[in-house]
Amino acid sequence: MSVLPYLVAGWLFLVGCYGLTTSRNLIHAVGSLAVCQSATYVLLLSIGYRRGGTAPVHSDIAPGSRPLVDPVVQALTLTDVVVGATVTALLLALVVQVSKRHGTVDPDELRELRG
Amino acid sequence: MSLRVRMWVLAVGGLGVALLLAGAFTHMPDFGGTWHPYGTRAVAEALRQHSANAVASVNFDQRAFDTMGEQAVFFGSVLGTVVVLRQAGDEHRTAPEPAFVSAPVRRYALLVLPVTVLTGLYVIAHGHLSPGGGFQGGVVAATALHLLYIAIDYRALQRVRSLTLFTLADAAGEAGYLLAGLAALVAGAAFLENVLPLGTFNTLSSAGTVPVLNAAVGVEVAAGVVVLLAQFLDQAIVIEPADGRGHRADGAARAAPEGGRP
Amino acid sequence: MAGELPVMAALLLVAVAGTAVVLARDPVRQSAVLAGLGLSLAVLFAVLQAPDVALSELAVGTAFTPLMVLLSVRKVRHNARRSERREEHE
Repeated sequence: MSVLPYLVAGWLFLVGCYGLTTSRNLIHAVGSLAVCQSATYVLLLSIGYRRGGTAPVHSDIAPGSRPLVDPVVQALTLTDVVVGATVTALLLALVVQVSKRHGTVDPDELRELRG
Repeated sequence: MSLRVRMWVLAVGGLGVALLLAGAFTHMPDFGGTWHPYGTRAVAEALRQHSANAVASVNFDQRAFDTMGEQAVFFGSVLGTVVVLRQAGDEHRTAPEPAFVSAPVRRYALLVLPVTVLTGLYVIAHGHLSPGGGFQGGVVAATALHLLYIAIDYRALQRVRSLTLFTLADAAGEAGYLLAGLAALVAGAAFLENVLPLGTFNTLSSAGTVPVLNAAVGVEVAAGVVVLLAQFLDQAIVIEPADGRGHRADGAARAAPEGGRP
Repeated sequence: MAGELPVMAALLLVAVAGTAVVLARDPVRQSAVLAGLGLSLAVLFAVLQAPDVALSELAVGTAFTPLMVLLSVRKVRHNARRSERREEHE
């Protein structure tokens, strides 16, 4: 059972890659990339989890009274979530621009246009 | 590459990655184990620096330099989106049409709007004490503002949302973080070192520079998200190609290869 | 082991939601499923004792990203319709 979190992370990454490869719509591809990205969140937080631990916040528990989960991986994930969303925004902006210039967002049709 | 070839490449690559991951996962530390060398040290350091929220302490004190990099990625993405989605020369803006909103939706949205903005600001302000901080609170406050679009219509949102102001706030947040780092240099410490008095543990004025950097990030994220959504809303609602036939640049680009083809 | 149950359930929920996002081929439907993935990730992070990350994922994953996807779809469909009309015109 203790590898299940890691397996879920691996599954999310692979299924996201599958979506990226078979996508017929660039917007769908960006959504699949978001799934790949969520794999990293699951992996990082699973590494930092500690059985019976509480959140590393001392506003309502006395320091040292309880075991805590790892705050370092949480800090990594937290910034990644917000920064990743803006990178998604940049990709979507590029998709909008592609559709404006070519009238389609199907990667296969786009390839034919150039040929 | 035909679809067949592509699926084969995907299958082989996916299988390879799956095998490598499976091999790696068997050697990982057990899920839920007690061995967290970095976590233990980070919590001890957070307590030493009087920061109740250890995650905020890691982000804005122990790894403040790294967060500056993250923030730069954020700033760069917003800037890139603004450049890519700016109004082109062959496009013009139309006036958005007023929309009908049913009374219960309007009342509820107008009621929730100030509460949500306030929640966002609270989350930013208490980042070093309770779960939350500049990144989360910024997104909450910025998306809350867009309830105005649901409650009334796009024109109302446009009137409240001065893009010049929010763009400046975005830049000010980014600059504020750097200046706080440089201020530490002036005080004779290392770049972004925690030099302010640490204050009383678990009160608003504690943890030294953590709340300052946190506020800078909060301002930047809130303003950046508003600017980002403004670009997409403008594209979807008010920006139209100029002539009825559209695709001026595209038409010119496409005419050339077609003309050259036998 | 009983204490692990919420974590395991949330993990399976995330795996299912992630698969559903990839299998939803229509971008409009995908944006709704993407919001579902954001919500289930937020639940997972909450049971993994990471409230900071859960809050961040809740704000970004359920509101911000789906909204941008929907707005992009609207603009892209608009462009595609214009392009079709133009080809008929020629």
